[in-house]
Amino acid sequence: MYVLPAIAFVLVFVYFPIVMNFYNSLFRMNSYSDARTFVGFKHYVRMFNDPIFYTAIKNNFLYAAFSILFQVGLGMVLAIFLEGRFIGKRMGTFFRNTLFIPSIISIPAVALLWYFIYNPQIGLLNGILGVVGLDSLKTAWLANPKTAIYSVIMMSQWQYTGYIMVLLVVAIQKIPRELYESAVIDGANEFQKAVYITIPSIKSMLAVTTIITFIGSFKLFSEIYIMTDGGPYNTTQVLGVYMYRAAFKFDEMGYGSAVAVIIFTITFLVSILQLKSFKST
Amino acid sequence: MLRRNPWYVFNKTWINALFWILMIMIIYPLFWMIINSLKTSTELFINSFAMPEKPLFKNYVDAWNMGFADFFLNSILVTATSVAVTVLLSAFCAYALARLDIRFKNTVLYLIIGGLLLSPQSALISLYRIFDVLNIYNTYFAMIVPYIAFRIPFAVFLMYGYFKDFPGDLEDAARIDGCSTFKTFLKIVMPISKPILAATAIVSSIFTWNEFLFALVFIESENLVTIPVGLSRFRDALQTNWTGMMAGIIIASLPMIIAFLFMSKAFISGLTAGSVKG
Repeated sequence: MYVLPAIAFVLVFVYFPIVMNFYNSLFRMNSYSDARTFVGFKHYVRMFNDPIFYTAIKNNFLYAAFSILFQVGLGMVLAIFLEGRFIGKRMGTFFRNTLFIPSIISIPAVALLWYFIYNPQIGLLNGILGVVGLDSLKTAWLANPKTAIYSVIMMSQWQYTGYIMVLLVVAIQKIPRELYESAVIDGANEFQKAVYITIPSIKSMLAVTTIITFIGSFKLFSEIYIMTDGGPYNTTQVLGVYMYRAAFKFDEMGYGSAVAVIIFTITFLVSILQLKSFKST
Repeated sequence: MLRRNPWYVFNKTWINALFWILMIMIIYPLFWMIINSLKTSTELFINSFAMPEKPLFKNYVDAWNMGFADFFLNSILVTATSVAVTVLLSAFCAYALARLDIRFKNTVLYLIIGGLLLSPQSALISLYRIFDVLNIYNTYFAMIVPYIAFRIPFAVFLMYGYFKDFPGDLEDAARIDGCSTFKTFLKIVMPISKPILAATAIVSSIFTWNEFLFALVFIESENLVTIPVGLSRFRDALQTNWTGMMAGIIIASLPMIIAFLFMSKAFISGLTAGSVKG
């Protein structure tokens, strides 16, 4: 009795649609009629022959690589600094909370803010480049096919590095103090403490954060949708927007479902890793 | 000795300097947005770095009247309903799974926690068609229902661990005093579990308040959309009224930032307990 409503919700609105999605990907269909034609694996064949699909998946991986480097890599360094003996307690809390704030603002709001920052005429970035005399670097960041994807990627690092840092700070705080005390007696300096005690002790949290960052990169949608909508010339296309475009702009629901199957497969496989590393913590 | 140690570069001063640079990188763009949201468009185009001649709150009033009042109300309604239902159903479910003898316990537990592995994106198109058939496309339910369904696995996961570690003595005492299971749950378990209920509620609120994709696809009417989608439609409507846009971004972001400043501890403990993103 107690579990029934919860399990009903999850089965009907989480599991069922995902199963349906596999089935739908084998049909040609659209939103305004119930008619559907069985096409087998045609959508998948078409997808694997579409260069835009490869651009999209490549961008998802690029996003993942940068996000892991910045959010987990830089985040870890910052977390170690914050928890070391370099910064007073009050300042430490201030630094931590300020770095955390961007992650609680909605992605559309942050994306629009950066849309203005990257604006070629009034934007903050070109303005600063002008002030420091680097006019040659000025560009229309989101309209230039060379810079567009990196511009969106950097916005996400601005937004989420602090979040992952905080997760790691909490993990570091759980390390027993005695470990450090005996290390200090043995004459270890801060660097040695970080390498031999802190990092090994937060290994499982590093694994979890790496995985959630990776999964996040494949769920990517709002950032791209708001800032570039996949352009210029599809150079910032990612799987989420590619799926949305197929299903809701071109009204090819079946093809969109096939793209969704790819997103599902990648995120699902990696999520299993996450659950495993959770169990080991 | 000290020279060869790569750590020596990173002494106190350097590290503090690094953090101050990061502070500027976080705060300055927000500050830049705030000053520009108080300007006229002409002022913005002349110099986006300058302080406004005199602060112009008209942008905020305009944004509010041009739709943000509605978006705000919708967001509050959708978030409150989804979070309340999620927390309640998940608490029942997690409690039963952790403390009671019920059939198929492990199957149910695995099915629900397994929901964590499934990304909302891959359910999007099917849900759209299901809501169409159920005739709830373009209603509040089209947001509330999937938000609840996709938050339950996470909430049960958080609460299950908590209830599992719960001391059994209190429940036993209550039962001896003649309390039914339901009454024990309501009168004894719920009050002691406030921290985990609050953590779950906070994390679910952030998620629901900021959710974009479902709201974008399942809602068509302007007067039903929540803030994130409202914000993106606002841009298409306003075109070049950028100062008004910036006022809108600030209105959209303030509630969560204020809540965080008042309850930063609860925010952080809730988010770290879950360790999930987006």
